[in-house]
Amino acid sequence: MEGYVAYAVFFLTVSSIYALVCLGLNLQWGVTGLFNVGIAGFFAVGAYTTALLTGPDYPGQFGGFSLPVPVGWLGALVMAGLAALVVGIPTLRLRDDHLAISTFGIAIVIQLVALNFQKLTGGPLGINFIPRPLAGTLGGSGSYGVFYLAVVAVILALAYAGMERLVRSPWGRVLRAIREDEGAAASLGKSAAVFRLQAFVLGSTLMGLAGGMYASFVGFISPADFQPILTFQIWTMLILGGSGNNRGALIGAYAVWALWSASGALLHALLPAALQVRGAALQIVLIGLALAIALVLRPRGLIGEQAVVSRHARL
Amino acid sequence: MLQLVADGLIQGAMVSLGAIGLTLTYSILRFANFTQGEFVTGGAYAALMALAGFAGMAQGPGKIGALSFGWPMLIALIIAMAATGTLALAIEWLLFARLRRHGSAITLVIASFGASLALRNLIAFAFGPQPQYFSRDLQIAIQPIPGLRVTPDQLFVLGLTSVAVVSLHIFLSRTTLGRAMRATSENPALAMLVGIDVRAVIRWTWLIGGALAAVAGIFLGLTVQLRPTMGFDLLLPLFAAAILGGIGSPYGAVLGGLLIGLAESLSVPFVGSEYRQAVGFLVMLAALLWRPQGLLGERG
Repeated sequence: MEGYVAYAVFFLTVSSIYALVCLGLNLQWGVTGLFNVGIAGFFAVGAYTTALLTGPDYPGQFGGFSLPVPVGWLGALVMAGLAALVVGIPTLRLRDDHLAISTFGIAIVIQLVALNFQKLTGGPLGINFIPRPLAGTLGGSGSYGVFYLAVVAVILALAYAGMERLVRSPWGRVLRAIREDEGAAASLGKSAAVFRLQAFVLGSTLMGLAGGMYASFVGFISPADFQPILTFQIWTMLILGGSGNNRGALIGAYAVWALWSASGALLHALLPAALQVRGAALQIVLIGLALAIALVLRPRGLIGEQAVVSRHARL
Repeated sequence: MLQLVADGLIQGAMVSLGAIGLTLTYSILRFANFTQGEFVTGGAYAALMALAGFAGMAQGPGKIGALSFGWPMLIALIIAMAATGTLALAIEWLLFARLRRHGSAITLVIASFGASLALRNLIAFAFGPQPQYFSRDLQIAIQPIPGLRVTPDQLFVLGLTSVAVVSLHIFLSRTTLGRAMRATSENPALAMLVGIDVRAVIRWTWLIGGALAAVAGIFLGLTVQLRPTMGFDLLLPLFAAAILGGIGSPYGAVLGGLLIGLAESLSVPFVGSEYRQAVGFLVMLAALLWRPQGLLGERG
């Protein structure tokens, strides 16, 4: 029984962290129509920033500032936002798939830096002993998991409330207007590039924050945690849940992560040990197919975007 | 220095071949096709399978001159080109054509990202993640000029790339189909109005793009090795080449490919070979900042 509870807490913590990323992507893609294929990169920037800011001193390596965890998370947020500025400024004036290519590129470059810049990132071995917040005072395993889940849940709830407010604000309306018809929005004096950059950076900061929370949670990060598959999982969450709808983003995150974990466990149980590595590949093929089928058959997702009608327009 | 230029040109030749397909689909179908990398990988593994088939039939195949392979490789090349072209058509029919009917170009991009991931892992599932080789024989490099070492295989790659590029030029400038493709890429609506069969143009775009990607994959397999991620690792340089050269311009893709290959190779003494892909990316960002239409592109 205790094992199940512990697993449920673990599962909910990880999927809530991904739900936060998914909210960020919903602001970028669902609301503004910005195509980010570099999610794993922004998540990684956040994770490494938190690791370096809060971690203990590692011999022969940069970082180890042992700062409080909230400072690490703030740093994660800021650094991911800066990375978004670097890709956003040259590309957001251009055709939308240029952003797709550039974000894809930055994720690869971040992966290269994580693998090769040993002094900063620990190389392929990654960074270990990333401290958990208040682990000293709260002690032990079981109750600590619940505490961390509560922290993640509060941050997720705040982010959700903030996103809901933003999307319904005049600012959110401009974003949707730009997505639907850039020319019309421009004719009302709204600079598409500026609004896009704001939405892109803001969404990426959420991804970075989630990366920081992930690093503090698992305590160990390496380049293997930030492969393109992560980007793809988040996309599947948003598309299946319902792009353009913050609740859809949350539901999609939990549903897809449940499917992913279950299919992983199933393949693990069914396949002989020799085929386990290949089984992981098969799992990715399955989720790729799921997304392709969802795109063809139900592009709105489980709960799609709601049409918003001004209350002044109702008769 | 000379050696770096030669290495860059050889790498650039492969990038050029892959980028031609990318720039064609980008301009004719108007979306960035992330599956292009897997066409490169698929072509290489298709040739590997074809070669394995031949090895069962004939007694030890002879080699052509100083090259590391014999005639079966050339036949395998043609088979792989056809197979990869067919693969591209199959994905178009199963996925992209359906999505184009009801959806924006950007839905195609995420679909192609998913298809790329699925194909890559399918290949990894079928062939295993370990690297494979067309030939395990060591090839002796020759020295055409003192201080410059190239293998005969690398010279073959350069030679056949030039042949492919010249044939493509003749195809695009002299044949009706080639002109139809250029017209569609300039303005699809106008092309349809003057009676061009746009659907046929789209089919040929996939076939040609896939076939050239297969050639790039085989060359990569010949000069480096075959891995399930070989094409995916090439994707960023492919995009960089297509954008630097100018979207929609096959000549731009060739020029861009060579320049990206040179930039990557010449940067190795300064930043190390690990960061090669990052150099291509920086060149691409610079191109997007200062000349978003690319070197040979016309549209803004």
